[in-house]
Amino acid sequence: MSVPMENPISFANVGRSKWWHRGIFASQTGYVLLALVVLMIVMRFASPYFFTEGNMQNVAKNFSFIAIATLGITFVIITGGIDLSVGSMMCFSAMITSMVMVELSTPGSYFVHMAADGKTVIANLPGLILVISVLAGLFAAFIVGIINGFCIAVLGLSPFVTTLGMLSIVRGLAYVVSNGRGSFPGGPDADLFYALTSGDVYGVPAPFIYLMILAVVMAVVLHHTTFGRHVFALGGNEKAAELTGIPVVRVKIEVYVLCALAAGLQGIIISGWLGSAPANMATSYELNVIAAAVIGGANLAGGLGGPLGAIVGCVLLEVIRNGLVLAQVNSYWQQTLVGVIIILAVLVDRIRSRMT
Amino acid sequence: MTTSSTSGQPVLELTGIGKEFGAIRALHDVDLHVHPGEVVGLMGDNGAGKSTLVKIIAGNFRPTHGEIRFDGAAVHFNRPIDARAVGIEVVYQDLALADNLTAAANVFLGRELKRKFGPLALLDHKAMAARALDLFGELRSETRPHDLVKQMSGGQRQAVAIARTRLSNAKLVMMDEPTAAISVRQVEQVLSLIHRLKEQGVAVMLISHRMPDVFAVCDRVIVMRRGEKRADKPIHDTSPEEVTALITGAKEAA
Repeated sequence: MSVPMENPISFANVGRSKWWHRGIFASQTGYVLLALVVLMIVMRFASPYFFTEGNMQNVAKNFSFIAIATLGITFVIITGGIDLSVGSMMCFSAMITSMVMVELSTPGSYFVHMAADGKTVIANLPGLILVISVLAGLFAAFIVGIINGFCIAVLGLSPFVTTLGMLSIVRGLAYVVSNGRGSFPGGPDADLFYALTSGDVYGVPAPFIYLMILAVVMAVVLHHTTFGRHVFALGGNEKAAELTGIPVVRVKIEVYVLCALAAGLQGIIISGWLGSAPANMATSYELNVIAAAVIGGANLAGGLGGPLGAIVGCVLLEVIRNGLVLAQVNSYWQQTLVGVIIILAVLVDRIRSRMT
Repeated sequence: MTTSSTSGQPVLELTGIGKEFGAIRALHDVDLHVHPGEVVGLMGDNGAGKSTLVKIIAGNFRPTHGEIRFDGAAVHFNRPIDARAVGIEVVYQDLALADNLTAAANVFLGRELKRKFGPLALLDHKAMAARALDLFGELRSETRPHDLVKQMSGGQRQAVAIARTRLSNAKLVMMDEPTAAISVRQVEQVLSLIHRLKEQGVAVMLISHRMPDVFAVCDRVIVMRRGEKRADKPIHDTSPEEVTALITGAKEAA
């Protein structure tokens, strides 16, 4: 009966693609990384300030301000979903964090006592208020993530509509809880909070360090755990994922929770840098975050994406912004250029996949 | 190595299976049995009740009447996973593969092998690739574990889907139109994959519209019409003409 293959399989008649047609070299992430390197070399000659230590720190800090949220949304995008509520989420978590911090720091609370001479005394470990405040902010994000995930995975609503609604709900809540005024970190732990969010270690900005740690963790989770494998499977073929017994509902809820937590953490870090959490903070940041993820090679149709791409996308956006400033181009061009790059990045990938 | 026989204990035995959806009678009083290492063709026109029957065996639906025995014991499936647990696997028409993953990842989808690193359980890529390569070898398919399914031919995709059933040591594999919409050469590959399964003592139910394929690999053919079993004959006692007549209703029963 046909196809005689008696000896062990030889692969004699199955071609093997060349190394430069495989892996990172064949991915959009690879092309965009190349474009980024070229752009940085051009900048080196265009502006003597670009590669100065100060400017590099500035760039590293700035792209870290959206990159953590981009890591989070990359999970969602790989499953073929989208989360438009990240910008509002950043604001809301930041606001809850600073409000809780202020609340716990007022004299008379469990954490702070009034001493006899009228000064306040911290009754607990230094930093405890900070830890609780940050956890409160992240808990708010967790709840929002659970609601997003529940509506999408269990009730079957479209991710776009659900998170569009959540964008509005969460932003509205941020205005409600602060009465539109926003909130400011305060109390005995405020300085520690600023140090941890906008400080640096040997010249390396703190947010950049968090980003690197989270990116490595994400890479391991995506490529070396069952959860990561299931995230990719869900984006590749949701029906297949279901038929093979993958807990589709749980995985979906988990990615929306991760995304909300990343956005929440990002918001908390940004508020430390701003020194406040205004009610209009991070408005429309969801678009920057999605743009960065897509430029870096995450496919909105699902099944593709990773931490490297997310970071490359964020760096590219920041280098362009920074470059336009250094080149003394009217900074209003920035948005236009970002739009062009989103389309170009996807277009180049489309042309490449047509060719092979 | 078994070559078709009706001796010994059947792996699957259905008695008096019926299924009603409201007032619609989709299946009526179906008896059938399949033996280990036997390849049975299930034929019938659209709406004849083939898919309902397959879905009942696979655990998607519960029968309204009748009994299912698997490996000699009565079984009740509430969900597909129950059927899979006893050793029934379905290879779907669209194969249910994730294109963006490798062949090995697809074979092990939902049953990944893990290795402990302290408190962490990480995927054991090496073991999965090695086992997948073994399975492809068993099926004599030139499929590389590390290649993306996206880049594979129809025949290789079939091999991946079938390797998945081998992984769980399924005793009964149901294949839904495996040869629809693939090239002639790939059809040959698929039919030879079915032979490999048969050699391993696996019972195969082939649901197909393609007469030549059924006559090329099946030991027996079952014809469904209007929710009833109209014929159940060894392949050498019938002919494509007779089967066609049974499917269309030109001949009532045989």
